[in-house]
Amino acid sequence: MKKWGLAAVLILMIGTAVFLLSKPADTKIDKLVLTGSSTIAPLAAEIGKRFESLHSNVRVDVQTGGSSRGVSDAKAGLADIGMASRALKDDEKDLHSFTIALDGISMILNRANAVAALDKQQITAIYTGKITNWKDVGGNDAPITVVNKAEGRSTLELFLHYFGLKNTDVKPHVIIGDNQQGIKTVAGNPDAIGYVSVGAAEYEASQGAAIKLLPLDGIVASVATVRDRSFPLSRPLNLLTRNGPTGLAKAFIEFATSPQVHDLIEAEYFVPVQH
Amino acid sequence: MSLSNTDRQLAALLRVGALLAAVIVLLILWFLFKESWALLRQVTWTRFFTDASWHPVAGLYRITPMLSATLYATLGAVLLAAPLGIASALFNQYYAPPLLAAVYRRLIGLLAGIPSVVYGFWGLTTLAPLIGRLHPPGVSLLTGILILTLMILPTVALTVDAALAAVPVASIRSAAALGLSRWGFISGVALPTARSGLASGTLLAAGRAIGETMAVLMVAGNVAGQPHSLFDPVRTLTANIALEMAYATGDHRAALFVSGLVLMGMVLVLVGVAEWFGKERSYV
Repeated sequence: MKKWGLAAVLILMIGTAVFLLSKPADTKIDKLVLTGSSTIAPLAAEIGKRFESLHSNVRVDVQTGGSSRGVSDAKAGLADIGMASRALKDDEKDLHSFTIALDGISMILNRANAVAALDKQQITAIYTGKITNWKDVGGNDAPITVVNKAEGRSTLELFLHYFGLKNTDVKPHVIIGDNQQGIKTVAGNPDAIGYVSVGAAEYEASQGAAIKLLPLDGIVASVATVRDRSFPLSRPLNLLTRNGPTGLAKAFIEFATSPQVHDLIEAEYFVPVQH
Repeated sequence: MSLSNTDRQLAALLRVGALLAAVIVLLILWFLFKESWALLRQVTWTRFFTDASWHPVAGLYRITPMLSATLYATLGAVLLAAPLGIASALFNQYYAPPLLAAVYRRLIGLLAGIPSVVYGFWGLTTLAPLIGRLHPPGVSLLTGILILTLMILPTVALTVDAALAAVPVASIRSAAALGLSRWGFISGVALPTARSGLASGTLLAAGRAIGETMAVLMVAGNVAGQPHSLFDPVRTLTANIALEMAYATGDHRAALFVSGLVLMGMVLVLVGVAEWFGKERSYV
C-alpha cells in the first residue's frame, strides 16, 4: 500500500513539473498586448491569429476587462492597444481612436405579428413587464413573450444602455445565448419579441426565417443604416493608442482596418467600416 | 498464490490506469475549487441560496432556482422514460417476433446515437411552438422534460433489454415447465432476476439527464427563476454554465464555477444514493 501511495505522489509531482516547464520560455518573440472591451476581444483574438500567421515572431495577447479598462490601459501605457466598444468621451479625446467595425442590434418580431413599429417607451414597458399583451400596442389579443439575452453578452449591454434599463428590471420569459437561438425562438413563436445583431437578423430574414426587423425612431434596421451610422441602436468598436501608433501597434491597426479582416468581422456579426 | 511475470506487468498497468482515473477526478474537483475561490472568498456561501435572483453581473448569485430546475427536469424525464423504456424492452424480449425485435433494437440504437443538438433543434422548432399553443411561451420545464425523456429512453430500453436477455435459460425453461403464463413469468421471474439491470439502467439515464446541456439549453427557456408550473421556463445548472461562460469575466466567471461545483455535488449525492440503494437491495 505504502509503495502505491509513494507512486501516486511521484506521478503528481512529475505531472506538475511537466505542466510548469511546458510554458514557453522564449523571450525573443515580440508581444502585442490588447486589453479592454469583451465585445471586441473575440474579434481582436481572431484578427490576432491571422496577424500572427503573417508575422511569425509576433504574439498577440488579448485580455478583457471592459471598455473602461481599455481606455485607462491605453492612457497609462499598460497595453499597446486599448479596446473600447463606445465612442471616446470628451475627456478622453487625447487618445487616438481607430474604428475597426460597427455593432448594431435590431428588435425582431415574428413575421406573423401585426405590429409594424414600436417606440422606445413601448419597448421599455414591454421589457419591464408593464405591457404584457400585444393589443396594448396595436396588435392581436395575445400575451407577449419577452426574449432577453444571457448575462455577459455585449448585445444585452448595448440594449440595456440604449433603453436605460437595468437587467434586474427586465422580466423575461425566455433567455437566449447566441443570435441564432434568438432568431429561431422568435421565428417559432408568433408572440415573441427579441433583439439580435443586425447582421445576423438581416441575413436570416433574407434566407426566409419568419422574423421581421423593427425600425427604430423611423429608421430601418439594416447593415446599411448601421454602416452610415444613422441607425440609433449601434456603437463603434474602437482600438485606442496613447500616441500616434508606431511599429507593431501601427502594423496591427492597419491590418485590423484593412479589407483583409472583413470576413472575420462579418463572422462575428459586426459591420465592417468603409475606410 | 504467486503471480506470473505477465500477471505482474498487467497488474502494474491496470493500477496506473486506475490511479490516473482517480487523479483526474480529484484534479477536476481541485480546479473547480480553485476557479470558484475568488468568489467564495468574498461572499458567504449562504448567499447562493438567499440572494434575490441570479444576476451575477449585478452581484446577485442565487443558485437554488437552477438547482431545483435540474432536479425537476431529471426527475420528470426519469419518471417518464423508465416505464416506457422497461415496457419497450419487455416487448422486444418477450412479445415481438424475432425479425421485428431485431429491427426494433436497431431503431432504438439509432435513437441513442442522435446528437443532442439535433434533439434540441427539433424541440425548439417543432415541440416548443406546439406547447406554446397550449400555454405560451412554449419553451418550458415541460418541453425540457419531454426532450430529455426522448434522449434517455434508449439508454433505459437498451440496458434493460440487455439485462432481460441475461436471464438464465434454465429459469425460462423451468417457468415454461411449471406452466406459467407469459406475464406470470415476466412479473415473477424475469423482472426480479433483472432487477439490478433495471436499477442501473435508470440511474445511467438519470446521469445523462443531469448532464445534458445543449438540448435543454435550446428548449427550456433559461429564465433563472423558481418554476411554479410545468409551463414555466427554467434554467438548469449545465445550461447556466454553457449560456454565460463564453462572455463571463471575473466574479461572474467564478460564480459559474460555483454552479459547476454544485452540479458536481449533486452527481456525488446521486452516486452515493445509488451505491447505498444497491447495497440494500442486493441482500434481499
